[in-house]
Amino acid sequence: MLFHTRNSGAARVSAIAALAVSVALVATACSGGSTGGSGGGGEGGGGDVTVTFLPKNLGNPYFDTSSKGGKAAVEEFGGTFQEVGPSEATPDAQVSYINTATQQAVSALVVSANDPKAICDALNEARDADVKVVTFDSDTNTDCRDIFINQASAEGIAKAQVDLITEQIGDSGEIAILSAAANATNQNAWIELMKEDLAANHPNVKLVDTVYGDDDDQTSFDKTAALLQSHPNLKGIVSPTTVGIAAAARYLQTSEYKGKVAVTGLGTPNQMRDFVEDGTVTAFALWNPEDLGYLAAFAADALVKGDITGKAGDKFEAGKLGSFEVAEDGVVLLGDPTVFNKENIGDFDF
Amino acid sequence: MSDSTKTTVTPESLNPSGRADAQASVRTYRDYGTPLWRRILLTREMAIIALLLVVIVVAISTVRGFDRPITITYLLLDVAPILLIALPMTLVIITGEIDLSVASIVGLSSVLLGTLTQAGWPLEAAALFALVAGALGGALNGFLITVVGLPSLAVTIGTLALYRGLAVGLLGTTAVTDWPEFWTDLAKDKIGDSPFPVIMIPFVLLAIVFIVLLHFTPFGRGIFAIGLNDEAASFSGVNVARTKFILFVLTGVVSAFAGIYFTLRFGSARGDNATGLELQVIAAVLLGGVSIFGGRGAMHGVIAGVLLIGVLASALRLANVTSDVINIITGVLLVLSVVSASFLAWLSKKRQRPGGRKRGAVSAAQA
Repeated sequence: MLFHTRNSGAARVSAIAALAVSVALVATACSGGSTGGSGGGGEGGGGDVTVTFLPKNLGNPYFDTSSKGGKAAVEEFGGTFQEVGPSEATPDAQVSYINTATQQAVSALVVSANDPKAICDALNEARDADVKVVTFDSDTNTDCRDIFINQASAEGIAKAQVDLITEQIGDSGEIAILSAAANATNQNAWIELMKEDLAANHPNVKLVDTVYGDDDDQTSFDKTAALLQSHPNLKGIVSPTTVGIAAAARYLQTSEYKGKVAVTGLGTPNQMRDFVEDGTVTAFALWNPEDLGYLAAFAADALVKGDITGKAGDKFEAGKLGSFEVAEDGVVLLGDPTVFNKENIGDFDF
Repeated sequence: MSDSTKTTVTPESLNPSGRADAQASVRTYRDYGTPLWRRILLTREMAIIALLLVVIVVAISTVRGFDRPITITYLLLDVAPILLIALPMTLVIITGEIDLSVASIVGLSSVLLGTLTQAGWPLEAAALFALVAGALGGALNGFLITVVGLPSLAVTIGTLALYRGLAVGLLGTTAVTDWPEFWTDLAKDKIGDSPFPVIMIPFVLLAIVFIVLLHFTPFGRGIFAIGLNDEAASFSGVNVARTKFILFVLTGVVSAFAGIYFTLRFGSARGDNATGLELQVIAAVLLGGVSIFGGRGAMHGVIAGVLLIGVLASALRLANVTSDVINIITGVLLVLSVVSASFLAWLSKKRQRPGGRKRGAVSAAQA
């Protein structure tokens, strides 16, 4: 009893002080936060085009680059740019940010979808509130966005990677795929097409395993190690994700497999530079994500201004990239992927 | 409270010098007795509620767009799974145990709902099955903890991995996204013209049940007793094992229900649904004034704790603060609330020491 009473006496004192401390803390945090925010998107009121980029997650170099392109484009046409996103690449986390953009009544939302269907309702609520929705990198179902900016046709990407790996391993032997999240729309589409291409044109190359590194550096690193242990005859790893290929190359660089197992896929020149220069990786492919973000922002602007509606045949100008035409299902194609190797990697910085 | 006062007096009155001691304890009771308003208002729970109100006021006046009714809708839709699971989690933590497997049960229930509806089950039957699975999951936790006698931290770390593994294993790399529109609409719907989502109806009902259970029944007093000292609780007639077992089963069922809601709200059943949610639930419960060592806490504080985290996240997101910063602020808040409680307890104990001699004499007499 006494113990209990004394404890609640302490609780009373602590309650008052805890209240004071935390109120001060939160008040500072809040006012700090809102000043930061009004700097970014506060001036979006007077007829200005506000474009919000919502990548799959933040802290991913690929999306940092696409957002850089988007920001450059938005500055070019005189709008307000902001980037928001979850720290984990999950659809439920994205929904909160889509809802927030709806509340903020931004002009356009540029999204890379973590799930083609799960974020649909939230996107349609945004569109009902007159927010234009552009998807890039990873699409949603066609009925929940206005335009999809396709980085390269899935066939083109799959073919580029199959060509790279088969060339590097001499067109025979075992290969494996290190993918991102198991539900990522684009990853799964590419993997299917790669399987078809391999079966049709490279009968001696056998795809023995597909593992998922969840676009997390450490997970991808561990999965690479596990792949090499469970498949001793593995000759090559294809990683169609920038996080995966860098982690796989980093593992190979210091392992006994360096030079024996080929790694290729989709990576960024800045991440892969060391590995290409020291010979761990011969060549890899990617479109230019900066151009992708740039094009997405211009498409958003064209939608907001009413120049295009997203139907096939609509044409719009995208600054330095020139003129683009909307294809069936509201898809705009950026172009073919670029292959990076020792010769040309020095020319790129992203 | 009054019950325990009586029990401490009874042995003393059997004492030869019973009269003097009884007087002492009456005086003690008055000494420590505080007016009702102070007992209700000056508590950690009230501090959190006050903090919640302050944050709401600050957010309304400084964050553009926060004062619109749609904010309440989105906010409550977002925190509903945490609100739901926090109810039984509070009871579990008050007994001094913990359940880390709740988010994995959410994921498992989501996947079961998905695979069964895909296999042609009506959604209602699949949902019922998911709830039963949740109860079984909770029962396994409870069995390992109460019958086998393993620590809940270790057991639920294990089942966290086990249930998540089952969820991912069952559905593999796919997601189930075809649902009857009636149910997905209902999960997001509002009650009439109010900004409150429909999910608040089951939440309020469950909250009433859990508040009554925890604060107004012998079962609830048993929960507090177990948290303070489970041997003492056992000797005073509380069935410790049965109480804990029931709480873990309840946590499993409510987590499974949250999983059904989560699935319908986001229209997608995935193996990785709600990953990491257990930490948000536990953080909110602790922020709400529940002691991680057990024995102390109240439901109104926990509900305020969940809402505080939700309001902060919602306001900061609207102000374009990145998710990492939001996580940092929530984390700092949690650490401060836990640290300030124990620091101030230590401080006031130290402060009491000089004048504590008199009280020490009383406590010696009582002991």
